[in-house]
Amino acid sequence: NLRKRFLQLSGNEETISREHLDTIPALAENPIKAQIIEAFFDKRNQRGDEAGAFQEIGFEQFLMVMCHFRPPTLKMTAEEKEAMRKEKLRFLFNMHDTDNDGTITLEEYRKVVEELLSKSGAIGQETAEAIADAAMLEVASTNVPHMAPDEFYEGITFQHFEQILKGLEMESRMNIRFLDVDTTTMRCGRSTS
Amino acid sequence: MPSRSGSQRPPGSGRSSPERGLLLLLLLLVLLPLGDASSAGVGHQEHAGNHTAANGRHNFTKKPFPVLSLDYHHIQTPFEISLWVLLASLMKLGFHLIPRLSNIVPESCLLIVVGLLVGGLIKLAGEKVPPVLDSRLFFLCLLPPIILDAGYFLPIRPFMENIGTILMFAVVGTLWNAFFIGGILYAVCQSQPDLNKLSLLPCLLFGSIVSAVDPVAVLAVFEEIHINELLHILVFGESLLNDAVTVVLYHLFDEYSAAGPVTVLDAFLGVISFLVVALGGVLVGAIYGFLSAFTSRFTSHTRVIEPLFVFVYSYMAYLSAEMFHLSGIMALISCGAVMRPYVEANISHKSHTTIKYFLKMWSSVSETLIFIFLGVATVDGPHSWNWIFVTVTVILCLVARVIGVIGLTYIINNFRIVKLTTKDQFIIAYGGLRGAIAFSLGFLLDDGRFPMREMFLTAIITVIFFTVFVQGMTIKPLVELLAVKKKQEAKRTINEEIHTQFLDHLLTGIEDICGHYGHHHWKDKLNRFNKKYVKKCLIVGERSKEPQLIAFYHKMEMKQAIELVESGGGVKMPSAVPSTVSMQNIQPKKPPPAKSAERSLPQLPKGREEEIRKILRSNLQKTRQRLRSYNRHTLVVDPYEDGFGDLLIKKQKMIELEKKMNNYLTVPAAPPDSPTMCRARLASDPQAYSVKQSSDSVPTIQVDLASPQSPDSVNVMDEFRRAKQQQEEEEEYQGLMMKPPQGPSGPNKPGEADTTRDPQKLTRCLSDPGPNRAASLLCSQLSLWSRNHTSQN
Repeated sequence: NLRKRFLQLSGNEETISREHLDTIPALAENPIKAQIIEAFFDKRNQRGDEAGAFQEIGFEQFLMVMCHFRPPTLKMTAEEKEAMRKEKLRFLFNMHDTDNDGTITLEEYRKVVEELLSKSGAIGQETAEAIADAAMLEVASTNVPHMAPDEFYEGITFQHFEQILKGLEMESRMNIRFLDVDTTTMRCGRSTS
Repeated sequence: MPSRSGSQRPPGSGRSSPERGLLLLLLLLVLLPLGDASSAGVGHQEHAGNHTAANGRHNFTKKPFPVLSLDYHHIQTPFEISLWVLLASLMKLGFHLIPRLSNIVPESCLLIVVGLLVGGLIKLAGEKVPPVLDSRLFFLCLLPPIILDAGYFLPIRPFMENIGTILMFAVVGTLWNAFFIGGILYAVCQSQPDLNKLSLLPCLLFGSIVSAVDPVAVLAVFEEIHINELLHILVFGESLLNDAVTVVLYHLFDEYSAAGPVTVLDAFLGVISFLVVALGGVLVGAIYGFLSAFTSRFTSHTRVIEPLFVFVYSYMAYLSAEMFHLSGIMALISCGAVMRPYVEANISHKSHTTIKYFLKMWSSVSETLIFIFLGVATVDGPHSWNWIFVTVTVILCLVARVIGVIGLTYIINNFRIVKLTTKDQFIIAYGGLRGAIAFSLGFLLDDGRFPMREMFLTAIITVIFFTVFVQGMTIKPLVELLAVKKKQEAKRTINEEIHTQFLDHLLTGIEDICGHYGHHHWKDKLNRFNKKYVKKCLIVGERSKEPQLIAFYHKMEMKQAIELVESGGGVKMPSAVPSTVSMQNIQPKKPPPAKSAERSLPQLPKGREEEIRKILRSNLQKTRQRLRSYNRHTLVVDPYEDGFGDLLIKKQKMIELEKKMNNYLTVPAAPPDSPTMCRARLASDPQAYSVKQSSDSVPTIQVDLASPQSPDSVNVMDEFRRAKQQQEEEEEYQGLMMKPPQGPSGPNKPGEADTTRDPQKLTRCLSDPGPNRAASLLCSQLSLWSRNHTSQN
C-alpha cells in the first residue's frame, strides 16, 4: 500500500524531503538517482502550471507523481491512450530539461548521457559527449531536415521529443504494477477533474 | 543412365521467363527421384553381380580388367541424401522465381504438394518409397537446426517480458487441449460401434500428440505474415515451450496404456516428471551454453573454428537432454539463448557472420525437407480412413484451441499490463498450427500396443494438412482484414537506445521508492550480478566492462564508417531523411569576439571537425540493424560481406570527386599534418591510389555557388570566401591563407584520408580482429585527427 510506504519513508511524518528518499539503500546503485529524486519534487509534474521545486512534498503530490506510471486499461480509447502517452513523455521531458526553458539543450542532454553511464565504470567524458552529440544530431536531422549551415538548433522541444520517441510506445512501457491499482487510478482521475 | 545426365543439366539456365524455368525444375524433380529409386534397383543388381563374380573367383577365370565400372552401392546412402537436399533446394529456388505464387500460398503448402507429387511418382514407378520420415532421422537430424536457429536468435527481451503468458499457454493450454480432445474422442468412440475398442488411454495419448502447436509450422507461416512482435513471440514461444508438456504426456500415456488404470500416484509422478523434464532440459542447455561461452573466451588465436564450437556444444546439449528423456528442444533453446551474449562479445565479425549464415542455411534446408517428407510419407504411410474419427478430431482441435485461448486470456489479462485484445486472441488461436512433430510422434507408436495406429496416423495427417493448408493460406488475408498491427520496420536509433536504458533505470528506481519488488527490480539485480561476476569470466579482456550503450554506439559508428567508405564519402548518400544538419548547427554559439577576423578563425577548425562527424553520422537514419526477425529469406546485409575490393574502387570515385573540388583551390606547400600530406604519404603505400594534386589547381579563387554540389561545397565556399575577406584585411594571416584552402577541401579530405588509412587498417585488422577493436580504432583515429587540427589553430 502506497500510503503505508509513504509513512514508512517519511518516518511517520506528513511530508517527505529529499533526504528521506536519498537514504533508500536500493537506490544507491541507480545511476540516475538524483534525477529521479528531483522529479518527485519538481512542480511541473503536478497538475498545476507552476515551475520550480518543492522542498518537501506531501502524500498528494507523491501520489501525483506515481500517477504518471499507471498502465493503460483495456477500456481506453485511442485518444485517451494518446493523452496518457503525452503525459508520460512530458514527465521524461521534465526530467531532462533541468533549467525549465522548454527545450533540452546539448549541455543538458550531455549531462543525461553522462549520468546514465556514470555507474558503469571509467567511461571517458568524451565518449559520453560523443554519444550525446550523435543523439542530438539525430533529433535535429529527423525534425528539421534542412538547415542552412549557419542556422542553429536551439534544443529539443517537446514536439521533437515526442517525434523521436514515437516508436517506443511509452504508454505500454512506462508502467509500474501497483499493488492496489484501482485506488490509484481513481485518485488520479479525481485530481484531473 | 538417363537420369544421371538429366541431373547434370542446370535447370532454367538462360531461360527468360520464370514459368519455363519452373517447368524445367519440375521435369528435373521427376527424374531425380526416379533415378534414385531405380538406382536402388541397379544397386541390387550390382550386388547380385558381385556375388556371381565372387563365385567365379573360386574357378579363377580371368576377366578383362574393368576400365569403367559402376558401383552404386558404394555411395548409395550419401548419394540419396544429397539428392534429397538438392531437390529441396531446387524447389525453394523455383518457388521464389514465381512471386505471384508465393504471395498467395505459403511455402510450406507448396512443399507438401511437391512431396506428395514425388511420393506419388515413386509409387507409380513401382518402387518402394524410402522411409524418409523415420523418427530417428527427424528428431536427430532435421529438427535440431531449426530449433537452434530459433533459440540463438530469440529476442530475449520480449520473450522474458511475456514469459508468464507464454508458459500459461504452453503448459495449461496444451494440457487442456490434450484432455479435452482425448476425452471427447473417447466419448464419441464409445458411441460408435466400430470404434469402441478404443480405451481411454490411447485416446488421451492421441490427444496429447495432436494438441501440441508445432514450432516448424508456426515459423514457416508466421515468417511470411510479418505480424507484430508480441503476437509472434507469444505463439512461437508457446510452440517451443510446449515440447516439455508433450514429452511428458506422451511418455506417461505410452507407459501406462499397457499397464492398466492410472492412479493418483501416477498423476502426481507425472507432474513431478514434467518439472524435471522442463527444468532439467533448461539446466542442461544452460550448462552447455556456459561451457561454450567459456570456450569462446580462448579462441582469439584460432578464429576459424569458433563457429564450430557453437554448433557442436548446442548439438551435444540436445543429445544429452534426449539421452535422459528430458526436453531436447528446451535444452537447445536455453543453450542458444544463454551463450549468445557472451559468445558474440568474444568472437570476430567473420565468425559471427558464419554462424548466422550457417544456422539460417541449415534451418532453411531442414524445414524444406521436413515438409517434402511429410508429403512423401502421406503417400506412403499405411492409411485407415474413418470418417467420423477424422472429422471429429479436426473439429475438436479447432474448438479446443479456441476455448483454451479465450479462457486463458481471460485469466491472464488480470496479470498483464498490456492486455490481449480480441483480435490478438483470434490470431493466437488461429495460429496454432500442427506439424511434423505430431506426425513423427505418431509414427513412433508401437504397432503392437496400438492397433489403431494407422487410424491415428491418418487423423494426424489430416489435421496437419488442414491447419497448414487452410489456416496457413487464410491467415495472411485475415491479418489484413482484421488490421492486426504489423511488425514495425523501425531501426534502433541511438535516442531510443538511450531512452530504453533510461527508462529501465527510472522504473527500477520508482519501484525501489515504492518498496515494491517488481520484475524491474529483479531484472536490475540480475544485470548487476551478470556484469559483476559472469561477464568477467566469460568475456575476454576489457570488453567485459563495456556498458551496453557504448557497445551499441561503437557498432553504429562502425557501420557508418563502413557505409561512408563504401559509398564514396563526400557524395551525399540517398538517405531516408536527407538532412543538411551538421554539428555546427547544434554546437552552442560562441560569443562573437571583437575582431571579425578572429571569429572566422576558430570556426574553421571547428567546422572541419564537425564536418567529419557529420559525414560519419549523416546517415544515422540508414543504420542497418542486426537481425531482428526470423525471416529465412532476408538476412540483413552485412557491409563487410561486400568485400574490400569494392571499397578501394569506391575510394577512387571519392578521390575523383575530390579532385573536382581541388580545381577551385590553391594548394601550396602544406603543413606536415594536413590531410594532403597524409595522402601523399599514403601514395607510397601500394594499396592507395595515387592522387594528382597541385597540377590541376587554379590559382584564382573562382567561387561558383550555383554549382549543384552537395552542401559540403557550399560550406566550403562560404568558408573560403570568409578566408578571402580575411586575407584582404590582414597580411600576416598569409600563412593561414594556406590553411583555409585545405580547410574547405578538408571536409572531404580528412574524411577520406582517415578512411583511406582506416579501410586499409581495417583490411588488415579485419582479416579477423576482435569485434570492437576496429570501431575504436576508427574512433580514435578521427578524434586524434580532429584534436590535431584544433590544436594547430
